Amino acid sequence: MAARELRALTRYRGEPAVTTLAGYRRVGGYQHLRKALAMGPEAITAEVKASGLRGRGGAAFPTASKWGFLPVGVFPRYLCVNADESEPGCFKDRVLMEELPHQLLEGTLIAAFAIQASHAFIYVRGEYRAQRELLERCVAEAYANGLAGGDVCGSGWGCELIVHGGAGAYICGEETALLDSLEGLRGQPRLRPPFPAVRGLYGQPTVVNNVETLANLPYIVERGGAAYAALGTEASPGTRLFCVSGHVGRPGTFEVPMGTTSFRDLLELAGGVRAGHQLKAMQPGGGSMQVLGPQHLDLPLDFKAVADAGSSLGAGALVVMDETTCLVEVSMRLVDFYQHESCGKCVPCREGTYFESQLMHRLEAGLASADELRTLADICAHMDGRCFCPLGDTATWFVMSAYRMFPDEFQAHCGAGRCPVRAGAEAAA
Amino acid sequence: MAEAAGPRPPAAALLSQATLDTIRTARQRYPSPRSAALPALWAVQDQLGHVPPDAMAEVAAALGIGAAEVEAVSTFYAMYFRRPLGRHFVQVCTNVSCALRGADSVVRHLEGRLGIADGGTSADGLVTLESTVECLGACGGAPALQVDRYSVEDCTPDILDAIVHRLRAGTATAAPGPGAGP
Repeated sequence: MAARELRALTRYRGEPAVTTLAGYRRVGGYQHLRKALAMGPEAITAEVKASGLRGRGGAAFPTASKWGFLPVGVFPRYLCVNADESEPGCFKDRVLMEELPHQLLEGTLIAAFAIQASHAFIYVRGEYRAQRELLERCVAEAYANGLAGGDVCGSGWGCELIVHGGAGAYICGEETALLDSLEGLRGQPRLRPPFPAVRGLYGQPTVVNNVETLANLPYIVERGGAAYAALGTEASPGTRLFCVSGHVGRPGTFEVPMGTTSFRDLLELAGGVRAGHQLKAMQPGGGSMQVLGPQHLDLPLDFKAVADAGSSLGAGALVVMDETTCLVEVSMRLVDFYQHESCGKCVPCREGTYFESQLMHRLEAGLASADELRTLADICAHMDGRCFCPLGDTATWFVMSAYRMFPDEFQAHCGAGRCPVRAGAEAAA
Repeated sequence: MAEAAGPRPPAAALLSQATLDTIRTARQRYPSPRSAALPALWAVQDQLGHVPPDAMAEVAAALGIGAAEVEAVSTFYAMYFRRPLGRHFVQVCTNVSCALRGADSVVRHLEGRLGIADGGTSADGLVTLESTVECLGACGGAPALQVDRYSVEDCTPDILDAIVHRLRAGTATAAPGPGAGP
């Protein structure tokens, strides 16, 4: 099947002045909120359940089920919008905030109404300051037009919208760390259970949903859950906004149907591997996920198919690497990232990422011995599954999967005195 | 939730009335005043360019929490600067997507043009250059960087030279190239 984009989530992308309330209203914006308010919470949740929508932040948990865990009759409840997008290779939430901010607010209000939240907090990562300020302007427009505040659209239901800026901590994308950060604390993950649905922000029932997840709600409310689901396949319903970057002709974001689109299609949409080069490896899902190779190109963008191949669609990224890439160097950069972002709460992650980083630097420079490479694998084995939260686990996934797929490349670095991939490229040049 | 007793006011006030007003407004937005800690520290940094340890007591008093608690928060988040930086902050992303498209050359080019090493501040105090940053979420426009709060993408040597020129000419906020902020 030829590669094609299918725009449901991003159907208003590029419409004139759609980042303003007037522009968004011209394409039908906030009609879906009005419809949702008339439908009532149970009917909205039923449509979201029928849509098969799963969280787009990386964990892919069914959205309607997440809402369903809220204890009956306990108020106030809170909605937190996870706009702390920080996964290396991921920039789709930024695109949605920049290009369709009112659609995000509309989706946020629909979800807040569905769970009967009194407040919705949009937690935007610190580096996205321009995007945060745009959202703040949009929220002010929403308040000025009766779309937020004490009486949303005259429905009698009220919801405060609060845009909250983070300050440079990847860990705050983990939902319980986000809650601590929002409470004005150091952003470190909490022990679960209790899950946020039971005891979340300020100890109250709380739902944390990703930007893309919520931005899908206007479409689902308008067309119905079944219509959204039918865009994809039964196992992977709907569409997803994928971020393609690295060695491709046209990096960017592409909305494609799930299940029927393959990695090859996605790569083709992004202009293919850059001219004159061949695919060596690709990382789906973002910096946390395991490497795939050219042999996986025909896999569909389907949760199970990618899981069976040993990786994950994660947060919807695809980083493409051609034959000039040194997988040891890529692993080193990712390990450095996790070492820098480890919150320090638990020992396996705090110490493990530190030793991982030290060893990766020695390996990349060609200074490590074969023994040290074994030590690296040993450290990773003692981290994965033993950390307090997924950060420490995932700090091992790319490097270990790359070692398994390219063992010769890793071993060739041992005692080589320099990076053999770079040395080879320079000799060929 | 029990709040710590307010600390003694500092000898000399660092925070302007405008900053204190911003903190007060932020406090009122949240169900718990402590939630205004991050917005308060942003307000401090917007006024002073960094978050000096001497400002902790004032922030704590404005929030009604302990100075040590504010200190604990301010030291956790990488974007609160403990020391003064240059008047402009250039952050170059060197994570994987940018590295694959030449981020290391971007750092070397800027080091050469600015006459400083990565992590350093120019002698005239104009620019701080830093490449130890999180992925900036601009992988579609790699290699990318941020000049203060503005993102600059697809950084070619010409674009980098234009950035340096604008910084020196005092028109830095007009960051060139696609992805530049409003």
